[in-house]
Amino acid sequence: MERKIIELEDVTIRFAGDSGDGMQLTGSRFSDTSAFFGTDVSTFPDYPSEIRAPEGTLYGVSAYQIHFGSKGVYTPGDQIDVLVAMNPASLKVNLPFLRKGGILIVNTANFTEKNLKLAKYETNPLEDDTLKDYQVFKINLNELVSELLKDSGLTPKQIERTKNIFALGLAYWLFDLPLRPTEEWINHKFGKRPQIAQANLKVLRAGYEFGETNELFAIRYKVTPKKFEPGIYRNITGNEAVALGLVVAANKAKLPLFLGSYPITPASEILHFISSYKPYGVRHLQAEDEIGGITSAIGAAYGGALAATSTSGPGLSLKVEALGLAVILELPLVVIDVQRAGPSTGMPTKMEQADLFLAMFGRHGEAPLPILAASTPTDCFDMTLEAAKIAIKYMTPVILLTDGYLGQSSEEWKIPDLNTIPDIPVQFYTNPDYLPYKRDPITLARYWAIPGSPGLEHRIGGLEKEDITGIVSQDPLNHQRMVELRAEKIKRIQQDIPDAELLGDENADLLIIGWGSTYGSIKAAFDRLIEKGYKLAYVHLKYLNPFPRNLGSIIEKFDNIFVPENNLGQLAFILQGTFLKPVIRYHKIQGRIFLSSEIENKILEILNAKGGKK
Amino acid sequence: MTTLIENVIQNKPITTVEYTPKDFKSPLEVRWCSGCGSYSILAQVQKILAGLKIPREQYAFVSGIGCSSRFPYYMQTYGIHGIHGRAIAIATGLKVARPDLSVWVVTGDGDCMSIGGNHLIHAARRNVGLKVLMFNNEIYSLTKGQVSPTTQIGQPTKSSPFGNIDYPFNPASLALGSGATFVARTFDRDPKHMQGILERAAKHNGFAFVEIYTNCVIYNDGAFDLYTAADSRREHSVMLEHGKPLIFGANNDKGIRLDGFTPTVVSLTDGKWSVDDLLVHDEKDTTLAFILANMTYNSNLPRPFGIFQSIEKPSYEELTIRQIEEAKSKTPDTSIETLLKGEDYWEIK
Repeated sequence: MERKIIELEDVTIRFAGDSGDGMQLTGSRFSDTSAFFGTDVSTFPDYPSEIRAPEGTLYGVSAYQIHFGSKGVYTPGDQIDVLVAMNPASLKVNLPFLRKGGILIVNTANFTEKNLKLAKYETNPLEDDTLKDYQVFKINLNELVSELLKDSGLTPKQIERTKNIFALGLAYWLFDLPLRPTEEWINHKFGKRPQIAQANLKVLRAGYEFGETNELFAIRYKVTPKKFEPGIYRNITGNEAVALGLVVAANKAKLPLFLGSYPITPASEILHFISSYKPYGVRHLQAEDEIGGITSAIGAAYGGALAATSTSGPGLSLKVEALGLAVILELPLVVIDVQRAGPSTGMPTKMEQADLFLAMFGRHGEAPLPILAASTPTDCFDMTLEAAKIAIKYMTPVILLTDGYLGQSSEEWKIPDLNTIPDIPVQFYTNPDYLPYKRDPITLARYWAIPGSPGLEHRIGGLEKEDITGIVSQDPLNHQRMVELRAEKIKRIQQDIPDAELLGDENADLLIIGWGSTYGSIKAAFDRLIEKGYKLAYVHLKYLNPFPRNLGSIIEKFDNIFVPENNLGQLAFILQGTFLKPVIRYHKIQGRIFLSSEIENKILEILNAKGGKK
Repeated sequence: MTTLIENVIQNKPITTVEYTPKDFKSPLEVRWCSGCGSYSILAQVQKILAGLKIPREQYAFVSGIGCSSRFPYYMQTYGIHGIHGRAIAIATGLKVARPDLSVWVVTGDGDCMSIGGNHLIHAARRNVGLKVLMFNNEIYSLTKGQVSPTTQIGQPTKSSPFGNIDYPFNPASLALGSGATFVARTFDRDPKHMQGILERAAKHNGFAFVEIYTNCVIYNDGAFDLYTAADSRREHSVMLEHGKPLIFGANNDKGIRLDGFTPTVVSLTDGKWSVDDLLVHDEKDTTLAFILANMTYNSNLPRPFGIFQSIEKPSYEELTIRQIEEAKSKTPDTSIETLLKGEDYWEIK
């Protein structure tokens, strides 16, 4: 059958269903396939904090969104072009994000009276005019897979569980994507259970065929692949990128890696990945609590390991006292905070950027430490390496801020050539003339001597120490000197961090300053406005303490500075306090990243108000 | 890949292991109160380390907060004076990163069992190879005299002016219940006994917990006199020795006999019982260890001192290394390049 083929630069698709419907798996397969096919990919898993919320409920909806294409793929997408909804609740929750005219594929099997009631639908949306603005394809997936697999020997329950694979096959057909990567994956995953593997392969192909043969589908889409640099690629989430970053940093520093960590959403995956790296010599402790996580890491650092701890906001709160200890001990330590919506337990599976103040100010006494922030899932790898490098070179704890969105979203990643990553130089002090608080004149870092070095036996601790000798000291002038030295050391990290990069026009009407995961939304909005002829400048900060050396001189040039954040204005506050310039704040605290359209509209609003023009 | 730590260890100059206790004294002046029981512990530790033939640079002492926790500053070894309650957690990380070290924790009853209780029980159950010396003075001293988790019931303190209503922990039972493989009790006034216990703890492979009754002259003076002073000690204490019957009393005239699971005091002079009827200590008997530890706050029974239990099982750090070695041997390609690629990767030419 002849079909119209529409070519697109980018598309956003969302698979939504019950927590137990396998939506995360479906989405991640689709994202791997589209990346394999050669597009940019940005994904967003959106799932409830309950493990298996009661079936059919609105709060039990689990979704996975994939934005793929050849251009402008910086975020998982503002609006959905294609929604696959497996039940009434997932339709109800996700329909508001489907663009008018978008494609809706609905599994009609679950539109029972009970499920409609659970989804708080008074009438069946498949039968009234709820869906009149969309291209709707109503398919009874349960019926189709039962028929297909009736002779498979699988139980009805097992058969029903393949329905997401059918939807996946149909989605591949719709976008003319290959089945092979998923077929290989099925064979690999169910290799030891051939019956299940065969059933899934059959259903996957049937889904594809369904599109091919069914006259319902009059249009097919083709997303143009992108021209990628040669190399080896994979998809990666921010959490996995952090874990790999730690391994590579330890390798480049020739140190053993130690992670002390306690399970916490959405950071636990870092612990999972690290604990699976035993074949690579990685040591870890799943500690009894968050405090045990960081303090065991401090002990390992004293022993000469590259030590790290991973957590999220509530855990960082618990680690605060130990961070102060790490500051006064002056030992290298990498602390990863995968931020989530707070305060308290807040919304554990949802992102937020509201731990910046805690990272910056959350210690008693004068206890400055460097703060870094990753801007994309793959940037989590680079910034973890940076954090380790700074921690070691400056003998300091470093906080790396990522968030629940970065941690769990994925994008394609060109795997770096290990040989091109520079070594992280470490020189353990072994000369018996060792003085624990004697410092390198350039970095002000003290020297690292580890147990096992004869003649260098020394004690460090939380009590204030005499400059150079490290003897316990309550001397007033010495304390001031040590406080100043520790602060100056952190300031000097500026000499090792790159200048802030200004995108756009130095003489623009507006400077946008972003940090962390707002990068994607800002960049997409920025690109669109530049294309439309607006004069804009954009700096995305990855180093929040200290700031890049040139940031002050950039800020000086602009009268209008716009700082969008997923908090009430924490970076804005710090920028104002540091550079004494007013900034325009803009916040979204909904557990979700900004839509690029939100940023775009806000910028236009500011420009209009200021009388700025194209 | 050899790590830089291995470089340091492998390339270090050969050092003598002939030491005197003086070699373990740091230049820092000791600043405990005059008469504090901690002085004796410091002296006994320095004495036994001198005899262990372990290079001095292989020792690390880790502490938390409290009077006891100043200890590392007085030792000419590696050491960390940490934060309140966290010594065991810090030491755990150090030991896992550096199983080659002899890692000691110096802590007090408040530091170890109140704010640090969680780390104690978990390090014990994991059998991390740490030697934990818990100075028990049954009071918070550095904060000037508040109730601690071992303060006796009814005792008035700064924070319990009407008498303490918190039932105390029995540290030996807590350690045993948490899975500690070596559990012992000694006291400040008997250097020989303490040295014997410390030496055994030092040589124990796994988690060694030593409770040391430590007299606080300022806030809880004489708390242990009944069990430790020369005039009352033999009537009110019993020394546990592996393979020997439990005999006590000023004239060795009493013993402990098990009546079912219940220890009872019997006279050895009234003709009813002889030494052969007494309970014989066995450090490997994990049931007996609980029975003996449980004698502690029973006023009808003498207070037990010595090694309650000493059993062997693989330590956490050994299991870590073993698991790494096994995982390596089962993985055909342990290069980081392979790890970075993961399972699903593709090449663009």
